[in-house]
Amino acid sequence: MSAPAGSPHPAAGARIPPKLGGAAAPAGPGLGPARPQQNGPAQNQMQVPSGYGLHHQNYIAPSGHYSQGPGKMTSLPLDTQREDYYSGLYTVPTQNVVTPSTAHQQPGAQQMYGRGPPAPHIAGSTPGSFQGAASSASHLHMSASQPHSSFVNHYNSPAMYSANSSVASQGFPSTCGHYTMSTVSNAAYPSVSYPSLPAGDPYGQMFTSQNAPTVRPVTDNSFSGQNTAISHPSPLPPPPSQQHHQQQSLSGYSTLSWSAAGLLSAQDNLVRNHTGSLAAANNNPANTVADSLSCPVMQNVLPPKSSPVAPTVLSSASSARMPPTANQLVEPVASVTQPSELLQQKGMQYGDYVNNQASSAPTPLSSTSDDEEEEEEDEEAGVDSSSTTSSASPMPNSYDALEGGSYPDMLSSAASSPAPDPTPESDPAPAPAPAPAAPQPSKLAKPFGYGYPTLQPGYQNAAAPLNAGLQPGNPVYSGFQQYPQYPGMNQLSSSLGGLSLQSSPQPESLRPVNLTQERNILPTTPVWAPVPNLNLELKKLNCSPDSFRCTLTNIPQTQALLNKAKLPLGLLLHPFRDLTQLPVITSNTIVRCRSCRTYINPFVSFIDQRRWKCNLCYRVNDVPEEFMYNPLTRSYGEPHKRPEVQNSTVEFIASSDYMLRPPQPAVYLFVLDVSHNAVEAGYLTILCHSLLENLDKLPGDSRTRIGFMTFDSTIHFYNLQEGLSQPQMLIVSDIDDVFLPTPDSLLVNLYESKELIKDLLNALPNMFTNTRETHSALGPALQAAFKLMSPTGGRVSVFQTQLPSLGAGLLQSREDPNQRSSTKVVQHLGPATDFYKKLALDCSGQQTAVDLFLLSSQYSDLASLACMSKYSAGCIYYYPSFHYTHNPSQAEKLQKDLKRYLTRKIGFEAVMRIRCTKGLSMHTFHGNFFVRSTDLLSLANINPDAGFAVQLSIEESLTDTSLVCFQTALLYTSSKGERRIRVHTLCSPVVSSLADVYAGVDVQAAICLLANMAVDRSVSSSLSDARDALVNAVVDSLSAYGSTVSNLQHSALVAPSSLKLFPLYVLALLKQKAFRTGTSTRLDDRVYAMCQIKSQPLVHLMKMIHPNLYRIDRLTDEGAVHVNDRVVPQPPLQKLSAEKLTREGAFLMDCGSVFYIWIGKGCDNNFIEDVLGYPNFASIPQKMTHLPELDTLSSERARSFITWLRDSRPLSPVLHVVKDESPAKTEFFQHLIEDRTEAAFSYYEFLLHVQQQICK
Amino acid sequence: RENEGHQGPAPPFSAGTGAAACSSPATAFTFAAFCYMLALLLTAALIFFAIWHIIAFDELRLNPIAQCNTLNPLVLPEYLIHAFFCVVFLCAAEWLTLGLNMPLLAGHIWRCMSRPVMSGPGLYDPTTIMNADILAYCQKEGWCKLAFYLLAFFYYLYGMIYVLVSS
Repeated sequence: MSAPAGSPHPAAGARIPPKLGGAAAPAGPGLGPARPQQNGPAQNQMQVPSGYGLHHQNYIAPSGHYSQGPGKMTSLPLDTQREDYYSGLYTVPTQNVVTPSTAHQQPGAQQMYGRGPPAPHIAGSTPGSFQGAASSASHLHMSASQPHSSFVNHYNSPAMYSANSSVASQGFPSTCGHYTMSTVSNAAYPSVSYPSLPAGDPYGQMFTSQNAPTVRPVTDNSFSGQNTAISHPSPLPPPPSQQHHQQQSLSGYSTLSWSAAGLLSAQDNLVRNHTGSLAAANNNPANTVADSLSCPVMQNVLPPKSSPVAPTVLSSASSARMPPTANQLVEPVASVTQPSELLQQKGMQYGDYVNNQASSAPTPLSSTSDDEEEEEEDEEAGVDSSSTTSSASPMPNSYDALEGGSYPDMLSSAASSPAPDPTPESDPAPAPAPAPAAPQPSKLAKPFGYGYPTLQPGYQNAAAPLNAGLQPGNPVYSGFQQYPQYPGMNQLSSSLGGLSLQSSPQPESLRPVNLTQERNILPTTPVWAPVPNLNLELKKLNCSPDSFRCTLTNIPQTQALLNKAKLPLGLLLHPFRDLTQLPVITSNTIVRCRSCRTYINPFVSFIDQRRWKCNLCYRVNDVPEEFMYNPLTRSYGEPHKRPEVQNSTVEFIASSDYMLRPPQPAVYLFVLDVSHNAVEAGYLTILCHSLLENLDKLPGDSRTRIGFMTFDSTIHFYNLQEGLSQPQMLIVSDIDDVFLPTPDSLLVNLYESKELIKDLLNALPNMFTNTRETHSALGPALQAAFKLMSPTGGRVSVFQTQLPSLGAGLLQSREDPNQRSSTKVVQHLGPATDFYKKLALDCSGQQTAVDLFLLSSQYSDLASLACMSKYSAGCIYYYPSFHYTHNPSQAEKLQKDLKRYLTRKIGFEAVMRIRCTKGLSMHTFHGNFFVRSTDLLSLANINPDAGFAVQLSIEESLTDTSLVCFQTALLYTSSKGERRIRVHTLCSPVVSSLADVYAGVDVQAAICLLANMAVDRSVSSSLSDARDALVNAVVDSLSAYGSTVSNLQHSALVAPSSLKLFPLYVLALLKQKAFRTGTSTRLDDRVYAMCQIKSQPLVHLMKMIHPNLYRIDRLTDEGAVHVNDRVVPQPPLQKLSAEKLTREGAFLMDCGSVFYIWIGKGCDNNFIEDVLGYPNFASIPQKMTHLPELDTLSSERARSFITWLRDSRPLSPVLHVVKDESPAKTEFFQHLIEDRTEAAFSYYEFLLHVQQQICK
Repeated sequence: RENEGHQGPAPPFSAGTGAAACSSPATAFTFAAFCYMLALLLTAALIFFAIWHIIAFDELRLNPIAQCNTLNPLVLPEYLIHAFFCVVFLCAAEWLTLGLNMPLLAGHIWRCMSRPVMSGPGLYDPTTIMNADILAYCQKEGWCKLAFYLLAFFYYLYGMIYVLVSS
């Protein structure tokens, strides 16, 4: 332990020590108790991240170096400014502080700079910062320098990426990269610059972003919260003035107190400087003060002190120009990257993030949608150390959030939560702020913030999360939950440094539950991911469970222990998820371990200023010179505060070292079936219409290329070369030896040939209306597509409507309809030929992914066809019984799926590598990809809806380490032609007792991993084997648990609370289409369900496995959340049993890709009339797929609830209204998995069966 | 040489463990001796195959497709060679030797029966080969075969000398 602990902990220690140093002790206590006391701003910052706060303190105490103090301070100033903006909202406690500091402030601004390093560095850095700052500033302050604004624009614009780069080049050409981080979420340093905010309201954005960060910290994702700050370190000479510091979100919250003191003219750089200075002042003080107790308070106090200190620092800095301590963040609007949809979703999910975005948000949210990509790019966030700015920004964020749903507050609160509320303190201080605030009202946001800050963390959490959490699974929540459970522990542990809570009892997750007697096993609220038992600081830094989850949040020390627990160990990944906040870092050198190539991450330990120890292989590496400079704080000598070390999810802009060839352009090829069958189904109309609509939204840059092919028994190419008066159709009938008639003009530039493309799309649906060709030469068409794509790589979208019947790859029908409901053997789950697999491997080698849309009414051997997508990292969509008029719900689904498909982000020529701490190894991968090496997945394309799973094994005992880390690095080319690396790092504690292993089970992740394993087993062995294995998983784990709990009566079936849903979920899996037997299931449906299990991310998969049921005829506003000015009711979850369905009610079932509304026969006519628009039950039509927009309260509630559910996922589900006693109700009832069916157990029977097996 | 032809059936030469019955006298160079010589040479080739297999699996992590492409064509020849001298031993009525080879022969047949869906020859599918279980199995298989062939090599050498001497 010690040794290892050393390493991991050390990391913490390294960072912490300084901060905690003196503070640690105080901090711990401080956090809890202190919260209230702390001054608003300072505290907030500090507290929020309680961990951070601590750190800060520590830092202060120990060394002045660490900017932390300053950071915080800075943030404060910012806050103050912001506050001004907000003006009233935040009191300005800080301001007071600030003000004093202000004097210093100017210098302070620099403090960051000063601090660090010598002037030179500063200088160097400054430029970058300036630019960034400037830009950000400009963003923020619209008026501010135009040039800057221009930058801003860049960010906003699609060009965003380029923008960053450009900025760099401009500003900092020479030196360093800037780091742009979009959001730095470190809770601690919320500061963020919001450069990206192009939109205009810089402040608002800034704020949000900041806020977000803060919030997040608490629970899950530190990401959001933190973020932001990104500064460009570049050495430009900047315009000193600009420094906008935005930082800080951390403090931001507390900021409330900060009050904006001065926002001032925020517009002006001056302001910034002030802020900066303030911050600096704060920092300094903090440092000094640190010794003294609570940092926060101290900070407040400090200002004065700081001033002195600051000055010194500043002076140095000043020379450099410090401007902006503030980091500018360009936030990327981060959200930006993610399309609006994402935003929404995210927002929903992650309130925090949302907030952040929000910050930018005001604009972003709405606007973002368009520029998803862009958003990403831009994010530079200032980090925070310069918290001053941040404070300001945070506030706004909060506001935004508030608007959105009060998230911001939450966030902030969350951040603060660790440390109680800063607010109080801040409030006091603030007085000054208000005044300032008034001045700069610019953005601001919304006043809500105040309230929140004051709230106790707990409350905040509760409130916020809900709001935020549109999505149930938000990590945030979980975090919250934990809090309540062991606040004390956390603090303690955090103060200890890295030890995890292992030792602490986990009463809740280990509480034995007697399954057979617990009637309502399903909680009424969504199940959140458990949070690893880490100290508070690490918890905050840890990766969001939405991106990265481990089935066992406490990793067993040895394989033997794992075997004893009988639980699967693995990771669930959603690496390219749409994020609203993502720090993007541009740097000349990407710091990685020299032996294992791990990217530097928050869990490494700094042995001293110049060396860090890898947390995966324990090698000691040097810290490169460039890394010593922290662009966010503009300070030198603080490698532990760099955004890379403050965020567990970051994105690097990669240099040419990471390219094998110049980044490819976005290339899209559509291969369309136009045989009689396809024309009859009528999908062409929908596709062409969708494409026409979204042609401008296809991700890409000016190099984007597009092409079309159609096929029946021959292959048709379309020459779209610019200059032609109309598209030329070229027919190749030699399908045995396919060739490309005019290789150069088949894939054309989207912008140069747009008119021709539109002509073609308009003509295509009618071109084949009279075709009599029934054959389908899919294989040859794919070969041609491969030839066409191989020079560049890209994406091939194949639309197929029947079994391929000609040429290579032809298939025979293998399904025997009489076997559909067989309980014995299900055959043909594997491919009939390896043609498609080989083709996929060839495509994968040429960086081409094949996406399959199968729209068929008969058996089409999906098991064989799916191989083309599985191994080329494509995706698979299946629309059984598709017909554009006879099956309108499928048509609608296709339309919605296409919209998402065409406009979502995409990454090209990607590879993903997963590394883990020495001693663990990757065992098996699940998902759509080609495994190129033991830990390297080749992904021709990566899309935001792709999930992966990895099974792990423990090769060597982990006894000499107390933490293990997992890191996934996804290297891809963005649609803008930029090479990027997205890195996620997850940290988990190692435990040595079986009880601890059970305490940390993430039951949802375990189920998803089991489902993946069961699919493999079904194909390689047999379906019945897979089913047995699933049942055995329950039996083994429960009996293993039973044997550890000696005092239980043996007759009872007991599970730890963390596993209480395990049998239910396994039963749900057994009744899932993929694994069920005895119920008539078409082979293609079954295979498609298996494909989805393999490729869906956890959140979506869980809904597929275990749908959510709500009663919607009595929605109330009780517990409702507010999202975008809408009130969204939050009805409790019902268990999936007919016993819950009353004839007098109406129920909504959310199956992930489908919604069912079941209307009982005795349903209140008022509800039917108000919501469905029909006078009574009898008059409701059999097929109803939309709720009318009626102007009644219940209709509004129902619609806002459904809309909210819809917004939380990428693919818009289709709604079916099912009347009781209509034939469609079987569809609905088969999802009631707790009930008995002819072929399967009820839940209770299943429990008895399991119990019987255990007793054997 | 030809003279072995008729001798083959008659003398059950067997080497190896004491159990083996050795027997009849014969001319200097019997069919059995020829069998052993042949087996000796072919086993040397098989040892080469096994080493190649082991190296390939070690390098597999670099490029599974290329490695599978180099390995797959070798699978059938290896199995055929082994089956061939099993048949030869059968003809020579070297029952003990044949018996010792039967498990491997059965293993080969089982591998062929359970091979994945592939249009080309071979056993190794680049998409599943990186699965830790399969990879470990294949590596273990490589080492086991190498050990078996090495032992067999010396056994055949011994058998050959024994046959020659006893005759």
